[in-house]
Parts: sequence; C-alpha cells; structure tokens
Amino acid sequence: MVLLELAFKSLRNRVFATSLTVISIALSVSLLLSVERAKRAAEEGFTQTISKTDLIVGARSGSLQLLLYTVFNMGSATNNVSWKSYQELKKNPAIGWTIPYSLGDAHRGFRVVGTNEDFFKYYHFRGDQRIELQSGRILEGLWDVVVGADVVKKLNYHLGDKIIVSHGITKGEGVVHHGDKPFEIVGIMKQTGTPLDRAVYMSLEGGEALHIDWKDGAMPTRDKMIPANQIRKEDLVVDEITAFFVGAKSRIDTLRLQREINDYKPEPLMAIIPGVALSELWGGLSYAEKVLRIISWMVVVVGFMAMLIALTTTLNERRREMAILRALGARSSQLVGLLVFESAVLTFLGVALGVGLSVGLIALLKPWLESEFGLFLGGPALTGFDFLLILITFSGGTLMGLIPALRAQKMALKDGLSVKL
Amino acid sequence: MNQPLNSKEPLIEIKNLFFTYEGQDKPTLNIPAFKVMPGENLFLFGPSGSGKTTLLECLAGVLQPNSGSLKILGKDLCLMKPAERDSFRAEHLGYIFQSFNLIPYLTVFENIILPLYLSPARKARLKGSDVQLVIRGLCGNLGIGDLADKKVLELSVGQQQRVAVARALLGTPDLLLADEPTSALDTDHREKFLKLLFEVAEHFGTTVVFVSHDRSIENLFSLSLSLQTINQS
Repeated sequence: MVLLELAFKSLRNRVFATSLTVISIALSVSLLLSVERAKRAAEEGFTQTISKTDLIVGARSGSLQLLLYTVFNMGSATNNVSWKSYQELKKNPAIGWTIPYSLGDAHRGFRVVGTNEDFFKYYHFRGDQRIELQSGRILEGLWDVVVGADVVKKLNYHLGDKIIVSHGITKGEGVVHHGDKPFEIVGIMKQTGTPLDRAVYMSLEGGEALHIDWKDGAMPTRDKMIPANQIRKEDLVVDEITAFFVGAKSRIDTLRLQREINDYKPEPLMAIIPGVALSELWGGLSYAEKVLRIISWMVVVVGFMAMLIALTTTLNERRREMAILRALGARSSQLVGLLVFESAVLTFLGVALGVGLSVGLIALLKPWLESEFGLFLGGPALTGFDFLLILITFSGGTLMGLIPALRAQKMALKDGLSVKL
Repeated sequence: MNQPLNSKEPLIEIKNLFFTYEGQDKPTLNIPAFKVMPGENLFLFGPSGSGKTTLLECLAGVLQPNSGSLKILGKDLCLMKPAERDSFRAEHLGYIFQSFNLIPYLTVFENIILPLYLSPARKARLKGSDVQLVIRGLCGNLGIGDLADKKVLELSVGQQQRVAVARALLGTPDLLLADEPTSALDTDHREKFLKLLFEVAEHFGTTVVFVSHDRSIENLFSLSLSLQTINQS
C-alpha cells in the first residue's frame, strides 16, 4: 500500500507534467468516443431518414435509384406510376395508408414535391417523429406550398411570401419558370435533420395546374396561357405520380405486398423496403466510418506516446529516487509496480476525463448540432462497444507504462545504488 | 539493543569474493578474506574507482558477486535469491548515500518512516514502541527535532544527511553502510555529524562501515583500513 501512496505523492509532486499527460490522453479518448457517437448518430440518422414506411413504390428501375429520388431528393425517375394503378393498388386490404409523391419541378435549386395531406399525417423519420410545422398550416388550396426548414433558412422566406416554381429539377440559364403561376407559402416545417428540410411541398393538383396549358412538354405561347385565377382545383385531373409510400396494416404483410406490387400486371412497378435499402446503402458508405475510426485510434496512440515520453523523460530524474527505495529494501519488482501503477493512474484519470469531456460536450452542444447541422445524437451516450474501447484504452495505457518501468528496473539492477548518469 | 553476538562471530565475513561489472574483463573486487566484528566503527578509505561503493553495494545485497561468499550475521548473501537479499537488506541494514538521500516529494517524517513500511520485519524490531515517539526521539538526538514536518527541499545539505542517518538507524539495524556521507559537508559539520552518528549507532548497537577517500576524518573511527590492502584487484 505504501507504494500506492508513493505513486500518488510522486504524481502530485509533478502535477504540471502529470496534468499535461492526463489532458493529452483525455483529449484523444474524447475524440475517439465522440467519433464513435457521431458515427452512430450518422448511421442512425441515415437509416432512419424514413421510418414506419414499409414500402416505396415506383416505376420499375433500380431500387437504389427509387430510394434516392424519393427519400433523398437525388436523381430522377425514368418513369411514372399511373394514377389508375395507384388507385387500384391502394384498395389492397393489406395497405393501411399511402402517400403520393410527385416530382418534376424545382424552386431555386430545391425540389418541389407534389403530395397531399397524408404526407403530413403518415410520413415518419427517426422512429416515430412526424413532420411538424414551426408556423402556418398544411396544404389546402391549389396555390399553397409548405417549405422545409433549410429552404426558409437559405432563401430567408416568411409565411405569405410568393414563390415561383421552375420546370425541371435543374437550375441556371435556360430553365423555364412558371412565372405566371406563383405559389404562396402557407406553412414552414420544423427542422427534421433529413432531406425533407430541403424541399418545397405542394398539392398534387398544384403540380398539375402548373402544366395545365402545356402541350407535349412544351410551354404554351402567350395567347394560349391560362391565367392562374381561372384554374380551379376541381377541374384538375391528376393522371400520374412519381412514386408512393405504403404503410402496411401489419408488418407481416410487407413481403407479400411487395411481391404483389412487383407482379402487378397492368404496369411495370417495383416496391422496395426502405429500411433494407437504406442499410445496404449505408454499408456501401462504411469505408468513411472505418477511416474515421482508424484516425481516432491513431490519435489515441499519439496520446499514449505523449505519456510514454513524459514517463520516460522523468525516469532519469527519478533514478535517484529508485536507488533510495532500493537501498531501503524495495524489490526491483516493486519499482516496476510503482511505475506501472503511476501510468495506470494517469491513464485512468485521462480516460475518465475524456469520457466526461465527450459526454459533457455532446450533451452541451446537442441542441446546437441538431439545429445547425441536423445531426441528431439520439441513443445512449455510451454503449457497450464504447466501454470496450475504454477498456482497451485503459489496458493499453497501463501496459505502455511497463516500457519505462522495465527500463527503470534494468537500470536499477545494473547501476546498483550509485546513479551513473 | 541488538542481541549481543558471540564476540568471536564476525558481523561481516568475506571469503574469495569476486565482482566484475558487465562488459569489463578486470574484476573490480577481489577480496580473499575480510572480517568486520560487531560494534566496530570501520573507516575504509581508498581513491576514487578503487571499488568502495561496489563493496558497499555487495554488502547491501544490491549487487550480486560473481563468486565467493559474503556472510552477514552468518547468512551468505551470495546464496540468497534477489528478493531474499532485498528483504534481508530491509530488515538488517541502513544505507546512507553521499547526497540526495531523501525522496523530494515526501516530508522529513515520511522519509524517515519509509523503511518501516517497506519491511514489516524492520517494524517488528521496534517491539511495539510508538513509532511517532521513536522518530521524534531519534530526530531530537540528531538535532533535527524541529524539522520532522518540513519538506525535504527546505533543508540544508547537513540537515538532509542527518535525516538520512535517522532513517538508516530507525528500527535499530545491525549494520550501517555509509558511502562518503560527509563529502558534501564542510569540515566543522563533518566532525559534528560523525560524532552524532557514532553516538546514535553505539546507542543502537549498530556496526558502522564507512567508506571515503578523505582521510582527514580517519581519527574519529575506532578502526581504519585501506581498501587496497584487502582488495587485490
């Protein structure tokens, strides 16, 4: 026990060097844990971009493509789903709800999505989170739009602002604007941290109304234009949508439902299970997280190196101390124990501080990370895997202490009691 | 205070002792025969590099001789395992260095009491006396009674050496090994220091083996020997 006391007093005596070592270990440990936490949050955020939706149905193409243009606002559909098929499939008794999803137009770089009130009712992300409005109301009239949080932030919009939708999903020169038919912002969505934030939502009829006077994909000439005030919702006929989301009444029916839609004879359609597709996509991106993890381990190794250097450099000054203890009858194994215990204490303090730093900082910065970066750090602060990392770090640091300790033992045995510098 | 040994029984008995440092061909120590009787105050002198410290370290059981026998209190250190030598040293020996005897981050009191923590056998030699009182008494005898709670770094060199004596003699060891402990002191303090050392050692019945290259203090010892006469290397 006296050796433990000696170790503590010795560390306290070198409090400046000791604290630097502890801080360097703490910083590397907190980096390691924060990277793990961010990685978990990113994975969870990614695979939970959409939840509670059992199937996404679109024209037959690749499953990844369907996922990208529906959930991630990326890429475009090669074909559409006819309204007739949609209505027919909707009647399937296994289906609980659907959300129609129509793409094709854009507003200053943001996608415009045609949908209906079911979108606000049934679309879920991150478990049971639903779309909420920070102000205004959901879609009612033909010329209403509800905008995502990022759109508002970027373009500095307010309720009641009129916006112009452009044809096609690109932006830049030569893009045709539907300048004759402005929309009014009636609702602003709360930040979701998903691609939902970067889109503008209007009714399906609104999308149709934009193109009511178009013929064969071309803009009408001035004389054939139908002014916005002459178009009524009731007159509009929606004849196709891009895709639709399906919630099954019972999860068990999902696979059967998927098969039925894939085999739907009148039209070539495909249904994907978003959870599965998202996990596959994330798996393909996992090299990035591996790189992150490798980097944080390297930082931990650098932290240990700092400790090793700190312990080794003080060792020379402490040879006299070791000789005194030897002269008093301490065994050379006790000297090793003393030094290893010191590194164990340093590592323990460093790891504890690092865990505190990581958990504390994340708890402190959580609201800011959520609102500024849409990075939702859900789940437990520390998982079993984190404890494994902590254990590995602690053992590694303690073992690292063996290097100077064994060196000191060797020197003590060789030197005897006289310190030959 | 120690068990009186048979006066014919030497405290230290060396026969054909050889010690060679690793990487050297010539032995540093080659002592055919050497004895120290209990109660003697032996002054061993010799020039630097003559093997004074090496001999002390062999006596302390820190260095392991290559061959021969080295008996202290009738026990052959050469036949002991390293850990046994360590506990033998902790129980029976005191050691004083030339300087820097003390652990800088402990107080004077903590430094003195350290051997008792490292060796239960050493503590047992106090026969249940109050350790606090023993240490205070020892410090009083050595003229450092008021320093017990000070930090080591606040002490002068002379005071530090006296603390080292107190620590080496706590628990009444049989043998005190001193490696030029006076060389950092000026002449006045040297004599005063040695007188105190002998006084306390005699009181405890501790035999003193003192090595130095400085023969000016030789006359204070009961016995004086040149290392070169016993070491044939």
